[in-house]
Amino acid sequence: MSYHTTINGTRWSFHDLKTLLAKASPARSGDALAGVAAQSAIERVAAQMALADLPLKTFLNVDLVPYEEDEVSRLILDSHDLTAFEPVSHLTVGEFREWLLDTRTTTSHLTALAPGLTPEMAAAVSKIMRVQDLIVVAAKCSVITAFRNTIGSVGRLSTRLQPNHPTDDSRGIAASLLDGLLFGVGDAVIGVNPATDSLQDYMRIVGLLDNVRERLDVPTQTCCLGHVTTAIRAINLGAPVDLVFQSIAGSEKANRGFGISLSVLAEANDAALSLARGTVGHNVMYFETGQGSALSADAHFGIDQQTMEARAYAIARRFKPLLVNTVVGFIGPEYLYNGKEITRAGLEDHFCGKLLGVPMGCDVCYTNHAEADQDDMDALLTLLSAAGVTFVIAVPGADDVMLNYQSLAFHDILYARQTLGRRCAPEFEDWLERMGLADVDGRLLEPAASGAIGPAIALIETMKAG
Amino acid sequence: MPDDPPDQSDQLAVTDKLARLRRFTSARIALGRAGSGQLTATGLRFMLDHARARDAVHATLDFDSIGQSLRERDWSVVHVRSAAADRAEYLRRPDLGRRLSPSGHLVIVGQPCCYDIAIVAADGLSTSAIAINLLPLLDHLRPLLLAQSLAIGPLVLAEQGRVAIGDEIGELLGAKLVVVLIGERPGLSAADSLGAYITWRPRIGMMDSSRNCVSNIRPAGLSPEDAAMQIVSVIELAFKHAVTGVQLNDLRGADPIRAVNFDTK
Repeated sequence: MSYHTTINGTRWSFHDLKTLLAKASPARSGDALAGVAAQSAIERVAAQMALADLPLKTFLNVDLVPYEEDEVSRLILDSHDLTAFEPVSHLTVGEFREWLLDTRTTTSHLTALAPGLTPEMAAAVSKIMRVQDLIVVAAKCSVITAFRNTIGSVGRLSTRLQPNHPTDDSRGIAASLLDGLLFGVGDAVIGVNPATDSLQDYMRIVGLLDNVRERLDVPTQTCCLGHVTTAIRAINLGAPVDLVFQSIAGSEKANRGFGISLSVLAEANDAALSLARGTVGHNVMYFETGQGSALSADAHFGIDQQTMEARAYAIARRFKPLLVNTVVGFIGPEYLYNGKEITRAGLEDHFCGKLLGVPMGCDVCYTNHAEADQDDMDALLTLLSAAGVTFVIAVPGADDVMLNYQSLAFHDILYARQTLGRRCAPEFEDWLERMGLADVDGRLLEPAASGAIGPAIALIETMKAG
Repeated sequence: MPDDPPDQSDQLAVTDKLARLRRFTSARIALGRAGSGQLTATGLRFMLDHARARDAVHATLDFDSIGQSLRERDWSVVHVRSAAADRAEYLRRPDLGRRLSPSGHLVIVGQPCCYDIAIVAADGLSTSAIAINLLPLLDHLRPLLLAQSLAIGPLVLAEQGRVAIGDEIGELLGAKLVVVLIGERPGLSAADSLGAYITWRPRIGMMDSSRNCVSNIRPAGLSPEDAAMQIVSVIELAFKHAVTGVQLNDLRGADPIRAVNFDTK
């Protein structure tokens, strides 16, 4: 089946659905690298016009990645809720965009619709939406999750504190952790990317994070972002694991490259749930995704990277995670070349995730070989905050000394709170006030007002090296 | 009448206490703040580090002068380019950086065959890594390799090259093993880090899991002397077991050689 449109007498044809989606994608280096991007600006708009006229239900009848060969495709179609889809089943992609923007379409409509949407539908409509469309619709979505605090309520912006260290030194991790807590950062999760994937290191890091959290009585959750199989082994050995982390992508083949499958994720989810460590909720999974990850594993099946990215959210929502974030600028300039491409992709990922019912956050970030800088990050943080992003990631001074890239600084979170009025999770906000770190309105106080800092510093100084 | 200006002494006291923890990490902790923003000096310091990293990515490397220095040290030197036409294309198209240009291919095909080891030096993502570290590293590496009686091919300088360009070069030279010395993606704290990627029986299309890497070679990191010893110990093991990569790690047991760097592959 081919798709086409006619502009001023010239007929533009797209020979299958994945070609149509790829050519309709706003320009980015990864689609050019894959050889699937539109060849001209007019071809791109022609594809967007043809896509706008496409009935939404087409996506229920056409496999982009063959159902028989791919467990992600099977998950998407087998879990599709036809009843939930009913309110929009008669619409084209273009009409669906207008339905989403309509002020009569409210949060409850979007929440009810989520199980009726496939990732491909979300990706398709995003391709004909401008930045402001992506923001206004995402801001209407509500996805609330909970573990030791409640993430995603209206007006909230949570943060992952990422106290990475080049060699996983306990004192180095604890130093960055304390620095972040003093900025009121860390309500989404305190999460360390380990430098190695050894079980021993994983156990030590999880123990360290849990120890600090317990001593300071912080109502948050911790995570060591090792491989999911390492987490399962650690849980079996009695490690205090709050959240299980895993990177995921949009095809079975790409996930095989990560060393995972849906059954391994299910096993990990069950293992973490069995510990029953959550106090106000039981969302125990944490996933990261990013445009380009399927292509980099040669597991994209000729599909554009943004559609492949959205397919990963189908996996995420299957496991009711506490947190999901795109690592948008981390994958590299061969996928997202500059600040403009990173910005657009971050907003697309957030929009698609939220529309599909995923608690979507973003690592607002870039690498030094991308054409981007802190100004681009300021802009993306501002736009994502307007869109109601669930959480963002922050590191000391925007410099991740382990992964060698730039994310947000703790300071940038203060900017979002002060300028955009976004507050942290309510339980965490109460803790900040109890500790004398913030006032009753959630405004950060000068940290000398807290009596807990001296003992915390002394504790770190007496910790063992390594 | 305006309010009194804020008293910053409390904040400074905490910053001073936190600053004691700096000895445990290179992370930018205890920065203080001006409202929600960074202090001017720390903000500019960050800009300087970023500028250094950007320049390391984009500066052009004087391959002729490096080649001259190598010849003075008795290396036989060959200079080739990858299929990436310029830096912008190199950054967008890693596939082109993994293959020789047509003329580069001809140059390598024209070399005599066959060697135990081929050595390739590529600019990768940090030109300053090569400019600073290549000669000191080779000065230490060469005597160690010669002591093993290994036949070393001509030193190939590969402009706009990725790690995998060594697969094509090593295969064409008929080398049993290829060592690719390449500039790593610059971070803010280190813009001049060199990596050494070691691959047994190089040929086009090899998986990154079949390589071993010695990383962070730079004046403030792994010294050229130590790096040379580590590289040679991997080479010895590779010749002993006729394999590199995760399979070699498995044979080595508890002390895995670092996994390949995602960015320069």
